[in-house]
Amino acid sequence: MEVIKLNNDNFKSEVMESDKAVLVDFYADWCGPCKMMSPVIDEIANEMGDSIKVCKLNVDEASDIAAEYGVMSIPTLIIFKDGGVEKTLVGLQAKSELIEVLKNI
Amino acid sequence: MYDVIILGGGPAGVSASLYCKRANKNVLLIYSKDSGLIKAKKIDNYYGFEDGISGVDLYNAGIKQAQNIGVETSKEEIIKIEIEDNYFKVSTDKKIYDAKSVIIAIGAKKNTLNVQGIKEFEGKGISYCAICDGFFYRNKDVVVIGSGNYAISETNDLINVANKITILTNGEKAPEFRADNVDIVTKNIKEIKGENKVEEVRFEDNSTLKTDGVFVAQGTAGASEFAKKLGIITKNDKILVDENMQTNIKGIYACGDCTGGLLQVSKAVYEGAKAGLSVIDYLR
Repeated sequence: MEVIKLNNDNFKSEVMESDKAVLVDFYADWCGPCKMMSPVIDEIANEMGDSIKVCKLNVDEASDIAAEYGVMSIPTLIIFKDGGVEKTLVGLQAKSELIEVLKNI
Repeated sequence: MYDVIILGGGPAGVSASLYCKRANKNVLLIYSKDSGLIKAKKIDNYYGFEDGISGVDLYNAGIKQAQNIGVETSKEEIIKIEIEDNYFKVSTDKKIYDAKSVIIAIGAKKNTLNVQGIKEFEGKGISYCAICDGFFYRNKDVVVIGSGNYAISETNDLINVANKITILTNGEKAPEFRADNVDIVTKNIKEIKGENKVEEVRFEDNSTLKTDGVFVAQGTAGASEFAKKLGIITKNDKILVDENMQTNIKGIYACGDCTGGLLQVSKAVYEGAKAGLSVIDYLR
């Protein structure tokens, strides 16, 4: 499955109204660790796309949403479920550990 | 441009340097004499020393051995590692170097800051990376905890972003650093406080300082700090490597105590050798 790019217009429909759990990668183009996280996010979308929705949000383009969810460090991954925050992971995550977290959501 | 810059002059770094130099690579080894090995009074479980050897003697012999086979060595403090298009940039307190590959062998030193609230507010106003997180503190007031070159480097990354920066030396001597929007406070820190995120720093004398963010840069930068900034995957502050000592970033290798496991000379020497051989392969 493709990673969905979020913005101020589609955040509500793609994340808050999703019937599946949603993994959102808060990132920026200038953030080194985010560049290392990005391929992992792509792989998760390919491998787990049937059970969860995988999205990316550029904090430069949607800083209000980042602020609303208290993102003060990137990369931050937030897993949403039923319109609410289920889990927040701050910093670069190993793929194997991220998969474990997602399996338990 | 060096073929490889090896960071750390302990058993792992020196071992890596020997293999790389013998393969005719252009090697720079940067060391700080801040090695865990130096603290070992006597090592009597390592091969070949019938009466044991002191950590400092073994460390000095290692540096000398590297120098004797032609490894370029320099005693400097490593401040920053950056990824460029197809090479790496290593900044120290003295110079900036370029290299095709980097081996991190700077030991397991961890900057533990024993202040209440540090762990609790991680990601909620506590940051270990000014260049990564400065964006979230645009025109806000922040503090940088530390007093050395590393703290100054982090402060410099925030100067054009934050409104006001206060360097908190936490009892250490104030650095000789001046800038228009930078203050220096030398009081001891008691705790970091806030509701859902960092709001103030409380000092031992019970005075407080309002702040939006705290950047931790105490002492010299350790392996976990470099890893966080570069995007190297860690577990429990140890760098994760594969069987070839490669990190998740192509061209960056790690070996010795900074990868966790046994904190032993023998393990560091093996990993250094492996990292050196892997770099030789990588450079082909």
